[in-house]
Amino acid sequence: MKNNEILSIKNLRKIYHTETSETVAVDDFSFSLSNGEFIAIVGPSGCGKSTILSILANLENKSSGSIKIKENYKLGYMLQSDSLFEWRNILDNCLLGLEINKNLSKENINYVLGLLKTYGLKDFINSHPSNLSGGMRQRVSLIRTLATKPDILLLDEPFSALDYQTRLAVSDDVYRIIKKEKKSVIMVTHDLAEAISMADKVIVLSKRPCSIKKIIPIKIENKSTPIENRKSKEFSKYYEEIWKEIDLNV
Amino acid sequence: MCSNEHISYLKKIRFNKILIKLIQISIFIIFLIVWQLLADFKVINTFVSSSPKEVFKTIIELHKTNNLYNHIFITLYETVLSFLIGTLIGIFLATILWWNKFIAKVVDPYLTILNSLPKVALGPIIIIWVGAKMNSIILMALFISTIITIMNVYQGFIETDINKIKLMKSFNAKPYQMFFKLVLPSSFPNIISALKINLSMSLVGLLPPVGEKIFFNKCYSRY
Ligand SMILES: Nc1ncnc2c1ncn2[C@@H]1O[C@H](COP(=O)(O)OP(=O)(O)O)[C@@H](O)[C@H]1O
Ligand SMILES: [Mg+2]
Repeated sequence: MKNNEILSIKNLRKIYHTETSETVAVDDFSFSLSNGEFIAIVGPSGCGKSTILSILANLENKSSGSIKIKENYKLGYMLQSDSLFEWRNILDNCLLGLEINKNLSKENINYVLGLLKTYGLKDFINSHPSNLSGGMRQRVSLIRTLATKPDILLLDEPFSALDYQTRLAVSDDVYRIIKKEKKSVIMVTHDLAEAISMADKVIVLSKRPCSIKKIIPIKIENKSTPIENRKSKEFSKYYEEIWKEIDLNV
Repeated sequence: MCSNEHISYLKKIRFNKILIKLIQISIFIIFLIVWQLLADFKVINTFVSSSPKEVFKTIIELHKTNNLYNHIFITLYETVLSFLIGTLIGIFLATILWWNKFIAKVVDPYLTILNSLPKVALGPIIIIWVGAKMNSIILMALFISTIITIMNVYQGFIETDINKIKLMKSFNAKPYQMFFKLVLPSSFPNIISALKINLSMSLVGLLPPVGEKIFFNKCYSRY
């Protein structure tokens, strides 16, 4: 790996086997992530985006190819649904990962409490998930992922379950948290605007089996938060460029 | 604070609840009266279907000889206990099925057959096998509640939210952590509902022995 690369994927291939068929979901996918980078992966639905993240997060086995992660770098996975446990309060939800890894030290608990305080959830640590709004739940879900101190975040359509307005606000929110905590990110989304407004680089995938169609670096003058970036003059240019690349299977 | 509208809303709900209780009790009383009248006018055979008065008399008699409570209590205690034990065994077996999908697939058709049988109808069969003893009631209770619990609880286990399972896997949860931190607590509503069905079944299980006791006593008192 080159010196500031923290994750590198080479010739990744994934075949799903079922009784009735086999599906090649990912075919010859290669890319690398640098420290502090925010990469968005877009592509037509069903092309294999989630599969790539699932393999990285160890939820699925790859068929072939290699994945290298820089020594001592950890991954954290965040799904579209917040998947909070109704029977746990907010604090205990956030401590889930630490509990599973038997890392419930005083220091780690204080770290989580600090995150909850910093990100406006201090008054809710004893509440149960049903008392929180969709946006807040997603923030809790992010803190649950951050609790285990991952260096690279894998976000799979993290805002898709939210309505449009909340989605704008929450993506701004999450972006700020991620930047403040200095995490590197690979985010999968089908929302081009979301990808352009958040990422440093957008990877456009082909139809299934997916491979890389184009990598587009996003260069916005006076880059700011996602909502502000949407207003920039470069935004629509990128939107059009990516729109042309995407194979729509309507 | 409450607005007037809210107060009248609450009143309406309360009134409704009381009304429902009153009507439920009235239906029961009317049922007793009609039963008694039919018996009095000999429309129904009292040797088979008895009458409220006679049932009441027998209860009083048994009460005097102090037999009834003892009998009811022991039967109640033993059936409830065996239904509870059955629930625990059922949860345990459901856990094994969740743990090992292969076993689950093997026993699936048998479970479906067992579950589609009318459970109370198994009573007579077990009584024939084991004899009309206390044992047969306990065995029946155990058997029925185990089956009911397996079906209910296993259903809850396999319906665990796939996203929550993914989440647990992404934290590298071991199978026992997956079970105790996610699968078991998320199936809590199913466990409660199995317990509810089992407890009400244990009351149904009570009817034959208690009914039988009353019936026999009545027969003896005739001779
Ligand atoms: N567990 C699985 N078994 C079989 N096929 C699967 C499985 N998961 C996904 N697929 C198939 O792989 C393809 C890619 O799926 P996915 O990665 O979820 O797409 P995306 O996230 O881009 O919408 C789809 O055609 C899907 O049907
Ligand atoms: Mg997907």
